[in-house]
Amino acid sequence: MAETKPQSAPSTDAHEKMGFWRQYIFSVDHKVIGKQYLFLGLFMGYVGVFLSYVFRWQLAWPGTAVPIWGKVTAPQYYELVTMHGTIMVFFVAMPVLLGAFGNFLIPLMVGARDMAFPRLNMASFWTILVGSVLLLISFFVPGGASHAGWTNYVPLSDASKYLPGNYWGGNLWLIALAIDFASVLMGGINFLTTAIAMRAPGMTIWRMPLFVWQELVASVLFMLSVGPLIAGVVMLLFDRMVGTGFFLPEKGADPLLWQHLFWFFGHPEVYVVAMPGLGIVQEILPVFARKSIFGYRMIVWAVIVAGILSFTVWAHHMFVSGMNPVLAEPFSATTIAISIPFAVMLFAMIATLWRGQITFSTPMLFALGALANFLLGGVTGIPLGTNASDIYLHDTYFVIAHFHNTLVPTAVIAGFGGIYYWFPKMFGRMMNETLGKLHFVFTWVGFNMVFVPLFLIGLGGGQRRIYMSSVYTFYKPLQPLHVIATIGLLVIIVGQIPFLLNFFLSMFRGAKAPANPWHANTLEWATDSPPPHENFHTIPTVVRGPYEYSVPGMEQDWAPQAAAVDAGAAQG
Amino acid sequence: MAAVTPLRPVSGLKRATALGGGGSAPAATPKAADPTLGVLIFIGSEVMLFAGLISAFLVSSASAPFWPPANQPRLPVAITGLNTGLLVLSGFTMWTVVRSLRQHDKTGAMRWMGATIVLGALFLAIQGSEWAGLIRFGLTMTSSLYGAMFYLIVGAHALHLAVAVAVLLFVATRVWRGRYEVDFRGVVACSVYWSFVVILWPIIYALVYFS
Repeated sequence: MAETKPQSAPSTDAHEKMGFWRQYIFSVDHKVIGKQYLFLGLFMGYVGVFLSYVFRWQLAWPGTAVPIWGKVTAPQYYELVTMHGTIMVFFVAMPVLLGAFGNFLIPLMVGARDMAFPRLNMASFWTILVGSVLLLISFFVPGGASHAGWTNYVPLSDASKYLPGNYWGGNLWLIALAIDFASVLMGGINFLTTAIAMRAPGMTIWRMPLFVWQELVASVLFMLSVGPLIAGVVMLLFDRMVGTGFFLPEKGADPLLWQHLFWFFGHPEVYVVAMPGLGIVQEILPVFARKSIFGYRMIVWAVIVAGILSFTVWAHHMFVSGMNPVLAEPFSATTIAISIPFAVMLFAMIATLWRGQITFSTPMLFALGALANFLLGGVTGIPLGTNASDIYLHDTYFVIAHFHNTLVPTAVIAGFGGIYYWFPKMFGRMMNETLGKLHFVFTWVGFNMVFVPLFLIGLGGGQRRIYMSSVYTFYKPLQPLHVIATIGLLVIIVGQIPFLLNFFLSMFRGAKAPANPWHANTLEWATDSPPPHENFHTIPTVVRGPYEYSVPGMEQDWAPQAAAVDAGAAQG
Repeated sequence: MAAVTPLRPVSGLKRATALGGGGSAPAATPKAADPTLGVLIFIGSEVMLFAGLISAFLVSSASAPFWPPANQPRLPVAITGLNTGLLVLSGFTMWTVVRSLRQHDKTGAMRWMGATIVLGALFLAIQGSEWAGLIRFGLTMTSSLYGAMFYLIVGAHALHLAVAVAVLLFVATRVWRGRYEVDFRGVVACSVYWSFVVILWPIIYALVYFS
């Protein structure tokens, strides 16, 4: 923490030769760490998809043997849904959007040579790796991984009498989560410090790309909301391992306290994931529409307002929990209010497309797909945030369809768009467009095949977290919709084959990428692909905002933020 | 070409840089950022952690019929008040460390650093003996929700203080080896964190011991 190098040392091309381990494994370079996060996130993502494949098969054809897995037992079913949610939110969305893109892009976009605290950055990656390994180990401990649902409600998750045999699974779940939070905390400190204190000359805050803004607000949200949940996790660990009783009614405690602590974090967490995803979309849209983003400052203010409001909405998850019903009214009001800044952002993004010269390249397709589905996710949030309709819809598949339509467009669809868009910068090679488009069609069509039917199931009263739906007569008419949804998931899975081929083959065989293949303005395109050690040959001086495309009277239809192209960067 | 001014947005940051600057402000991107800024951001999270613990405490005490419960021992208010004084004193000695470094007084810095470490350790020792007594009288984490909350909050603070003492021990060896004669921003960052741990305690004391 206390190390500061003398200021006279930043000789630009001082490549000290490093061994393989220092350069690629225990690296303090934000670019390498970003890629490490990306690989971890992708791996955990496909683990999460596999889990969903098993329980989705069980939902469509209850009681039949799942190929590769076999028959699903009831405890296995709850283990699968719990771990799917936990992995996807905490070990995929956060590592990919904050860890991978945030790490790789923030220093490049603000014109810094690295993160503010490189060793803390490395520690952040290795911490989350330990957390991921512990979480995966929990599948193999006696009793299996946690069965308590990804929200881990007490008292079900609290005393072993409620979930007998799930002792170590539940403990490891809590420990892995605490480690994951510590990791993201370290990342957040770096993101904020870097963007506040290490910007290139001329990079005023109103010239920062929207992706940086979104990452910053997301980091602030995370850092200010995670404390109470860390407290809750520690209390729950004490309850389970020491026998305290922080959440047990028989010891005089209030079990709703856990829900408050969880959702005080859990709701801002939704935006921690959504904002960087929207940031990626906001970077891609202007480039492939060759138009300035519509309402740059308005978007920034909308993000800030949404960030502030996000701390006032958490109890809308608890309308049926038995909390004081008087509280439901103000929380409904704030929840409806928070859709306003997001609507502002969405309209600004749509207006960016208006009269643009749109190229339907793979990143753009993913960005547009994300935009469309995020709209659907946002609109369906209103009936859930309003207590009158939520009482009917609560704990149905409508809720599941809603939050998948907010998280998947931002974390997965926009995330894939980000991979296609920044792959040339990350690996110095281009990805294949045909395979990319194939990947998009399968992923996006498959995604909607899964989740549009789930909205209908939820409206029809289909409850979530039911292991054997075939035993309920009310579920009979809804069952075909589950079959469509599961076929949709299989479509998504097939669609990952072109992606994985494309990703790994392009990394080694793809066409060499120029410095600025998309003719984009932001600073990461002003340096080599991939960027050299310490990012820039000379730190660029920023002379304009990030989205000046098709400015009348200019020779080319883009105007880079940097005053001059970096001396060593190949012309693109 | 338009003149470009490097940005120093947060006013408190400017001061922190000036405190530890020992030289010119960097004209271009600084290679190593000010650790004080990182610590301040971290403290934001820490405040929220303790806010979570305190609200859990308030929720639990408000829903209990008797707080503290009838069969549980009372907390030693007086000796802890004295202990609070020790910790507040350590906040002042920590500031004096930074002031000595600014005046290039290494011996003074070492002396005040030592005083800070001793005061912090003394606080922990007195609190430890207090806990031993309370456990003897039957107040444990499992004896009641009251006991659980007491040890949770006071223990969380003690853990922070213990880590801070350990960091100070490490920093003291670096002061001794003369690492902070030009650039002592690391020590400033430590003092900011120490101040946080010190200021936090009277709040917890008032809340837990007088509820």
